[in-house]
Amino acid sequence: MEILLQQIINGLVQGSVYALVALGYTMVYGILGLINFAHGEVVMVGAMVALVVIKALLASALSPVLVLLLSLLAAVSVCMALGYGIERIAYRPLRHAPRLAPLITAIGVSIVLQTLAMIIWGREYHAFPQLLPNVAHSLGGAVINEVQIAIVLVAVLVMLALLLLVHRTRLGRAMRAVAENPAAAALMGVNINGVISTTFMLGSALAALAGIMVSANYGIVHYYMGFMLGLKAFTAAVLGGIGNLRGAMLGGVMLGLIESLGAGYSGELTGGVFGSNYQDVFAFIVLIAVLIFRPSGLLGERVAERA
Amino acid sequence: MTPQSEILLQLSGVGKHFGGLTALSEVSLHIRRCEIYGLIGPNGAGKTTLFNILTGLYQLDAGSFTFAGSSFASCKPHLLAQAGIARTFQNIRLFPNMTALENIMVGRHLRTHGGIWAALTRHAAARREEQEISQRALELLRYVGINRSSHTLAKNLSYGEQRRLEIARALATEPKLLALDEPAAGMNATETASLKVLLQTIRASGITVLLIEHDVKLIMGLCDRVAVLDYGKKIAEGVPAEVRNDPAVIAAYIGGGAA
Amino acid sequence: MNIREIMRPNKRNAWLAFAALALLLLVLPFATDALLGRGWVRIVDFALLYIMLALGLNIVVGYAGLLDLGYVAFFAVGAYTYALLSSPQFGLHLPFWIVLPIGALLACVFGALLGAPTLKLRGDYLAIVTLGFGEIIRIFLNNLNAPINITNGPQGISQIDAIRIAEFSFGRSHELFGLTLPSVHLYYYLFLALTLLVVFVSLRLQDSRIGRAWMAIREDEVAAAAMGINTRNIKLLAFAMGATFGGVAGGLFAGFQGFVSPESFSLMESIMILCMVVLGGMGNIGGVVLGGVLLVVLPEALRNGAGPAQQALFGNTLIDPESLRMLLFGVALIVVMLWRPAGLWPSSQRQRELEAQDGAAQQEQDTVYDASK
Repeated sequence: MEILLQQIINGLVQGSVYALVALGYTMVYGILGLINFAHGEVVMVGAMVALVVIKALLASALSPVLVLLLSLLAAVSVCMALGYGIERIAYRPLRHAPRLAPLITAIGVSIVLQTLAMIIWGREYHAFPQLLPNVAHSLGGAVINEVQIAIVLVAVLVMLALLLLVHRTRLGRAMRAVAENPAAAALMGVNINGVISTTFMLGSALAALAGIMVSANYGIVHYYMGFMLGLKAFTAAVLGGIGNLRGAMLGGVMLGLIESLGAGYSGELTGGVFGSNYQDVFAFIVLIAVLIFRPSGLLGERVAERA
Repeated sequence: MTPQSEILLQLSGVGKHFGGLTALSEVSLHIRRCEIYGLIGPNGAGKTTLFNILTGLYQLDAGSFTFAGSSFASCKPHLLAQAGIARTFQNIRLFPNMTALENIMVGRHLRTHGGIWAALTRHAAARREEQEISQRALELLRYVGINRSSHTLAKNLSYGEQRRLEIARALATEPKLLALDEPAAGMNATETASLKVLLQTIRASGITVLLIEHDVKLIMGLCDRVAVLDYGKKIAEGVPAEVRNDPAVIAAYIGGGAA
Repeated sequence: MNIREIMRPNKRNAWLAFAALALLLLVLPFATDALLGRGWVRIVDFALLYIMLALGLNIVVGYAGLLDLGYVAFFAVGAYTYALLSSPQFGLHLPFWIVLPIGALLACVFGALLGAPTLKLRGDYLAIVTLGFGEIIRIFLNNLNAPINITNGPQGISQIDAIRIAEFSFGRSHELFGLTLPSVHLYYYLFLALTLLVVFVSLRLQDSRIGRAWMAIREDEVAAAAMGINTRNIKLLAFAMGATFGGVAGGLFAGFQGFVSPESFSLMESIMILCMVVLGGMGNIGGVVLGGVLLVVLPEALRNGAGPAQQALFGNTLIDPESLRMLLFGVALIVVMLWRPAGLWPSSQRQRELEAQDGAAQQEQDTVYDASK
């Protein structure tokens, strides 16, 4: 029973991170109809930048909370600039090219970012300093620490804010208009390029936040961390229904739970043949299953091919 | 002229909606063999939706249609093409980076059989088939009058030539019914006139033609019968002269605010 | 001048070029051996393997327009099939001509299983599913050493039997026609023959009913379906064929190298093969071959040249050659797509299209002429 509860807690924490990253995929997909392959690397860059800032400020007399906020600020700024750059370089020039073209440039960007990170920060795993007092609380036999509580709370708050932004503000209305019909939106005076850039930047800001969360949770930063995380977050977005914001949130949390419970129990269920080292396989199985049985995802609408 | 009694296509109570929007409701009509049948109506009346249902791009939500004796409630595009419905698209959809000739050769895919083995070995039968494919494609290019551009990439053809190429590609599938979505759109008067002649020739060769068109003059001068759609409903049907004076049609075109 | 007279010298030139190329390919291993050393002959062998892989991927990406980002997974399936059935791992030593087809078939089955659910959806899904599959295969290869040791985990499988056809083993040197042919030379000729076969198959497919259907789908899937092409099956055919080629190359790789480990099948390998296809010119066989040669030879040159060059320039090695290689791949993908989407060597069709840009004015004139007639 404790194990079950523990796995649920772990799943919720991990799922919150997936949800934040999945939002980035889903927003870009909603507006451009394209998968931003480089999005996972943005998460990694966010984590790395935060690590650099934290290391630089750790020796100073600033309070840990302030250091964390400054590192967040730095990571978010860098990632927003990066998101803007990715859109300008890899997507905008190819907006009317065959679909294959932007996919390939995005992969190029992803490789470049990953390699640059490897050149700058090396191949080794970096420890992510613990800034908050990591007090563990007992919850019905399971353990949850304050970092984990913070992750879930921040993720929920940010997601609520995003929903408000998209559904209650001028910018949000413009975003939805461009997603619906770019040509018509342009006729109505919406600055399409501006809206698309903003979307990439918003998604990247969320990615930066997610990067810090996942690093704080595991205490590790690595140049390759963005790849698997990106893949899984994409799966989460598909699971929820790609293009749908609430779907991304739901899909993220569900995928976190599936993974955590799957990894926790698969060893027992299969007599030790498939242990927790197969954790990464679950996301993939979920992805294939969703694509077979419900390609539109849990909350997605059926999208007919436009004739 | 061939007897126009036999019914080729029969729609009964066809309906289609997208979310809350009803694109088609209770549309019933029939098209006889060797007819030129026109489908008109204001923008957004559901004409293209009907086309997409007939060619399998959309699945209908209500009703059914029978074509050449078989019923198609929900069906994949390639099976409808197999059954003998070929189409063109409102905003031309050729294979832009293939030559005009190759575009038509793709149209022959359906009526030929060569697989991987034939491709690799090029045995006698395979060679004969390839020969037939390119032969027939050349004939069709000549038929629609663009054989001069056989080795031009489709995207480099002029607008009128692209329209004609699309018709030739559709004809290559040996259709019983040729469905044309606004074939005269963007054409000048001379091009429209020669299109009219082409469509009459096609009908004379025994192919039924279904036509969506905005050019009322073309429709009136060409079609045997016409149906009018408005807001997804059929509001009139009959020979052009009748339909032209139908009060409901006049209301739809003028009362609806559209020209 | 009559047409024959114009044609004849051209034809003779073509034959001369062809003969020169054939001679070059024949003496290449000896020349490389003498000029650059035995190690480079090995590199040439690898280049041939990669060209085979790239041609296989070209069917999927270049012809049918399907983005496969986990192509190396099929390479891995072929390689591990060979390794498991022809090494001391299970004590099995099945002959080459049985093992290679099994590997190819298995790769084909994996391709079909993966393609069937995804190919009816939009292309982006295929890209991400194959990306995931590539990683998953690696996870399995890494972990299938317990509780039953199948793949031997991260250590990989070694002492794989050399390729042997009847009594002729490619693993030893042989005396033929008074020449001593070392093992790497023999593999060169084997791989060359198979590469030429793959080129032949690609050429034949390109100009066939199936090839045209692939290209139609690449150009406009909806229109292709409306023309009666069963798009799902035809795409599946391309995907499975690509996978099969990958499986064959994998088997050859295992026999040639004598050792396989999960490390050889990383995402970077998939990206590198994709780079070959994109850089050289999607859909054009010559371009893909060129891409394969460039991307195998250049990194090797980098490996030997980049370190010393940086030493000389900056006094120490700032970027290790491996990172430099990856960086170049990434940049190449972006640059080619943005500025030369048809690749370094565009297909003749694209060439025609480029000419047609010049000819557009000419065509305009033609129309005017017609109208005034």
